[in-house]
Amino acid sequence: MFDAWMVDKVLLATWETVYMVAISTFLSYVFGLPLGVILVVSSDGHILENKGVNQVLGSIVNVMRSIPFIIFLILIIPLTRLIVGTYIGTVASIVPLTLAAIPFVARLVETSLKEIEWGLIEAALSMGANSWQIISKVLLPEALPSLTLGVAITTINLVGYSAMAGIVGGGGLGTLAYYYGYQRYEHGIMWVTVIILIILVQLVQMLGDSLAAKISNRRR
Amino acid sequence: MIEVKHLTKIYKTPSQEILALDDVSLQVEDGEIFGIIGLSGAGKSTLIRCINMLEKPTSGTVTINGVEITALEPHELRTARQKIGMIFQHFNLLSSRNVFDNVLFPLEIAGVPKKDAAKRVMELLELVGLADKANAYPAQLSGGQKQRVGIARALANSPELLLSDEATSALDPQTTRSILGLLKDINKRFNLTILLITHDMNVIKETCDRVAVIAESRIVEVGRVIDIFSNPQTSTSRSFINTVVKRDIPKELLEQSDSHAAPSERILVSISFIGKSAGQPLISSMIKKYEVDANILYGNIDRIKDTPFGYLTLELTGPPDQIDEGLAYLKSHGLEVEVINHV
Ligand SMILES: Nc1ncnc2c1ncn2[C@@H]1O[C@H](COP(=O)(O)OP(=O)(O)OP(=O)(O)O)[C@@H](O)[C@H]1O
Ligand SMILES: [Mg+2]
Repeated sequence: MFDAWMVDKVLLATWETVYMVAISTFLSYVFGLPLGVILVVSSDGHILENKGVNQVLGSIVNVMRSIPFIIFLILIIPLTRLIVGTYIGTVASIVPLTLAAIPFVARLVETSLKEIEWGLIEAALSMGANSWQIISKVLLPEALPSLTLGVAITTINLVGYSAMAGIVGGGGLGTLAYYYGYQRYEHGIMWVTVIILIILVQLVQMLGDSLAAKISNRRR
Repeated sequence: MIEVKHLTKIYKTPSQEILALDDVSLQVEDGEIFGIIGLSGAGKSTLIRCINMLEKPTSGTVTINGVEITALEPHELRTARQKIGMIFQHFNLLSSRNVFDNVLFPLEIAGVPKKDAAKRVMELLELVGLADKANAYPAQLSGGQKQRVGIARALANSPELLLSDEATSALDPQTTRSILGLLKDINKRFNLTILLITHDMNVIKETCDRVAVIAESRIVEVGRVIDIFSNPQTSTSRSFINTVVKRDIPKELLEQSDSHAAPSERILVSISFIGKSAGQPLISSMIKKYEVDANILYGNIDRIKDTPFGYLTLELTGPPDQIDEGLAYLKSHGLEVEVINHV
């Protein structure tokens, strides 16, 4: 069962998972971070209070978060095809993974930024800071330890989602487990993928924790 | 310097409307330390926050150095705020920045070139005595040190006005004194106008030139601190003064009088001394001049900012007309005399 050919397959699948997850984490922050910031600053009494924007974005985020990922995957196939040209394979999986993670990231970022004491924002306002300066010099730097932990949580979630995407042909460890484990009853392979997934999750969590602790410790 | 006219602030919450400031008018002169004192919820924070528009007044105007702050466009207001420093009860330092970078922060906001800004930061850290802590993070500092950073930060853009919202309320008495000393020093050195709010009469007594007493959203009394201490006009002021200077004589003291004089020939008076007259032996010369005897029941000498301030409770005995003349003599020498009661 574990011949060189199989080892190659497992390594390739692991790489695909890492690649998919890394890119979708990155992309989900490209969109989710600004979205989270907007959710915070447009909220009641905040620096760019705007009820309309806040409610519309908040509702979109809620709707997207309430669709189960496995259904979401299928729902957005047309969009995936439009963007990537196909809905099968590692690259194609990045689309649903990213889209599903954006609202999640937005809420995580929102939670992190809301923890910041209002007094700090007020101090910056009293110095004549504009909104952009408050976001870039107060909100984001002050929330950095918590944001870092959020990245770890998002990555771990995406590892899980990527395995699900694998079942519908998304590539990576999910496809491997499904193809050999479920369709061919080779449970050994399934266990191998499970162990690799556990290791990946542990690694990400450890990295996130130690990075966040490092930032906090420097400030302590 | 600051002119507040008919300032009213109503907070609207879903359940009710709270009148936090009710037609408040106030004038603060150039270079003075002006205090605002009031009980919790009186509206002090609301008032000071309306002055740099952290809170938007419901009506009324605030003018600083001829510029009507309440009428500025947002971008004009931001520029104006760079010249109004503010310090806070809980310091509000950025935990993500060390001391140096915290003081640099307002200079970054104002777009001061890096090299000039760095030089300015070191000057300020020298001024507040924290040059050796430039690389420390706020979490590594004591409360007093944090407030010194707060002060350095507030002074970074050379403001015309410093607002202080309970800046010493989170500090112990000794640290409070050193922070107040620093504020007085800065006020003298740069002729910087300081507006501070507090609920602690000691703070007013030690630092302020003038004070406004605020109660239930209104200013009930304004004046020189010395005048208010020696001759308070309202019960609110009196009770604040009593927290610092004991004016109420304990009952036991009144009762233990061993004088045998007739009630009409006995009188209890409280006398306040201000400034130079505190040093003059006026009481003894009154005793020599008139047929009056004095028994000191209670006495205290203190300092209001830099002026000596004394307070005595006396029992005077003698013929009524002599007592009256004696009191007139004291008054004519600048003492504040208040008849407490005829025992
Ligand atoms: N943002 C707000 N929304 C609603 N009500 C408020 C708000 N801020 C203050 N108030 C109310 O306005 C009144 C005055 O509050 P303010 O904070 O000015 O008092 P204060 O004199 O500073 O008191 P303290 O000494 O406790 O700080 C209080 O009744 C308070 O509950
Ligand atoms: Mg207050």
